[in-house]
Amino acid sequence: MRIIRELIIKEFLQIRRDKRMLPIIFTLPILQIIILGYAATLDIKNIGLLICDLDKSYMSREFVSQFVTSGHFTLWGDVENPKQIDTHLDRSEVTLAIIIPRDFSKNILLGRQADIALLADGADANTANISLSYAVQIISRYSKNILIKNSIGPSILTPTISAEPRVWFNPDLRSANFMVPGVIALVLLIITMTLTSVAIVREKEIGTLEQLLVTPIKPSQLIIGKITPYVVIGFIDTALVLSIAVTWFDIPIKGSVILLFGLSALFILTTLGLGILISTISRTQQQAMMTAQFFVFFPFIFLSGFTFPIDNMPWIIQQVTYLIPLRYFLEIIRGLVLKGAGLEILWIQSLALFLFGVVILSVSIFRFKKILK
Amino acid sequence: MSLSFNILPIVQKEFRQIRRDVRGLLLLLLMPAFLLIMVGYALNFDVKHISLGICNEDKSQASTRFIESFKHSEYFNISKYIDNRRDIDELLEEGKILAAIIIPNDFSDKIYSGREGVVQIIIDGANANTAATALGHIKSAVQNYSTKILTHELTKQGIIFTIPVNPQARLWYNPELKSSRFLIPGLFGMILMLVAVVSTSLSIVREKEQGTMEQIMVSPLKSHEIIIGKTIPYLLISLIATTFVLIMSAVMFDVKIEGSIFLFYLATILFLLGALGQGLLISTFAKTQSVAFIVSVLSSLLPTFLLSGFIFPVKNMPWLLQVITHIIPAKYYLVAVRSVMVKGVEITAFWEQLVFLLIFCSLILGISTARMHKDISR
Repeated sequence: MRIIRELIIKEFLQIRRDKRMLPIIFTLPILQIIILGYAATLDIKNIGLLICDLDKSYMSREFVSQFVTSGHFTLWGDVENPKQIDTHLDRSEVTLAIIIPRDFSKNILLGRQADIALLADGADANTANISLSYAVQIISRYSKNILIKNSIGPSILTPTISAEPRVWFNPDLRSANFMVPGVIALVLLIITMTLTSVAIVREKEIGTLEQLLVTPIKPSQLIIGKITPYVVIGFIDTALVLSIAVTWFDIPIKGSVILLFGLSALFILTTLGLGILISTISRTQQQAMMTAQFFVFFPFIFLSGFTFPIDNMPWIIQQVTYLIPLRYFLEIIRGLVLKGAGLEILWIQSLALFLFGVVILSVSIFRFKKILK
Repeated sequence: MSLSFNILPIVQKEFRQIRRDVRGLLLLLLMPAFLLIMVGYALNFDVKHISLGICNEDKSQASTRFIESFKHSEYFNISKYIDNRRDIDELLEEGKILAAIIIPNDFSDKIYSGREGVVQIIIDGANANTAATALGHIKSAVQNYSTKILTHELTKQGIIFTIPVNPQARLWYNPELKSSRFLIPGLFGMILMLVAVVSTSLSIVREKEQGTMEQIMVSPLKSHEIIIGKTIPYLLISLIATTFVLIMSAVMFDVKIEGSIFLFYLATILFLLGALGQGLLISTFAKTQSVAFIVSVLSSLLPTFLLSGFIFPVKNMPWLLQVITHIIPAKYYLVAVRSVMVKGVEITAFWEQLVFLLIFCSLILGISTARMHKDISR
């Protein structure tokens, strides 16, 4: 026990000696959560709209105003000639262009059909898709009103259906509510995994690991002494990020905070295991960092559902995501924070996380011991 | 003359050092292409097969037909019929359904009497983007059906009419609206940034840690010669890696260069020079590899991921962050690469981006030369 304590103190001293390390450990998570909370928004507002009004009538102007008052679109400008539209789309200045043909108002007044051309910049498929769906909804509403007002009169039966949406768990549809809880997971991953692996490989590189080996310290004591400081730092960072999420971003934690910390501990089993594993297969710090980047961060960020929904992925990739421990932790943390879910719903994910943690940690400790011998 | 004479040995030395670490070299060359394949399939915002729960309290012919209209669409999967609307809570909480449609018991009465039937939609908003897109699809489906019953009713009453406005949508550049065509060129920036910044910054800090940097410093080499000598090998390696990535994206994802290949490489070289310069700059003030690494990640990977418009549109960010994005080189690179790859437009549409990249890389290479100079004279 005393040996472990001494090792922990040694590790903390080493962390403190690197003057740039300490601010990184604590400012990195804060910076991450603030940037992610603000930048990671997929909310589509103020869609740039370009108008080519060839009709120039009272009716066409009224039609355009429907778009502006909807709140989704911002009028970027207008052009005289449809040919000028291409340049603005090429330069990504607008997302949607609307051409109102010369006979627009005439056709409508005569009870004929008027065509409206919508040109969307499909390069950003997500924005284009949502913009078009807004535009088509605005046009159909406008069209229906004209139909009822001009062509048929009020005395006739006009059955319609309207949808009344209610959004649960995140009524304002804020992206931050979804992204910020994810950052907690990311910070834990980066801090605990990278720092552990680098801490071990550094001693390997400098040769001090061999010095430790000739002392009567047992490998298990060495491992515990190495990882404990980073577990502590990981928990402090979690608390830090969590308090910013609540106070700064107004994200209510609907579930139990104690359960959140408990399940974070399960996740830390995995991240520490990965950290040790990386340190056993890397000779230099550069290799350790590259391995962590390429084999852990990249797949974890993209295949865990952190930004890209797993439901949208091809079947085979969906199967791969079951191998990414971060996936389970994200489901846990989002379910707990946003939906207030407890263990009765999250037990499957928790069990999976626990199994991953135990397996990865045992394998890595086994390998580490073998290398020490 | 003397310049190239001095630079060549450094380049050779750097290459020899890279070659000695075969695993590292392979990692630098092949990893980018591997990352693209692994991650490319996951980059997808297309919301399809929305799992719907239907709570039909009306149980009439009208409501059954309304539900039918959701069955034959690739956007929806009716995964659950719910008897009691109280059960919806639990289904949403467990994530069994994304949205529920409640058809209240006065639905058919209202429609048959020519009024407006209201259906309630309850949607899981936890993932705001998916929810907004899904809600858009559901609303469009409801509206389409609404128009259908209106026209049906009017025809039945013998009224002749036409739908007044007919929108015709045309999609430029990406007619099938595949989000991967937008995201994959963005991935290029991120992967290249990662390889370039991390590898250069570590290569110098390693020499510092091992003490060999001082040996280079005391040699008669000038600081700009060291900088150029360190940059060239990694630029070449990154360009080869880029070519692999390009081939992979064409083969696996059908994302090819629509415009000029020359412009693509021009933008890539400018971007890489800036990224390599950034790595060198980091190495001039980081004393240990772990600090160099974390600063590299902080200053390159995170901004490239978050502030470049790779995934999250810059236009939607708060004002202050939008200002910050102006100093992120990846932002300019992504606009240029997307213009060349997806839109296939001429240089006139994006020349400003190239100018910004040029300014950025000359600035950062200049600063790192100056800092290196200070290091030497010290």
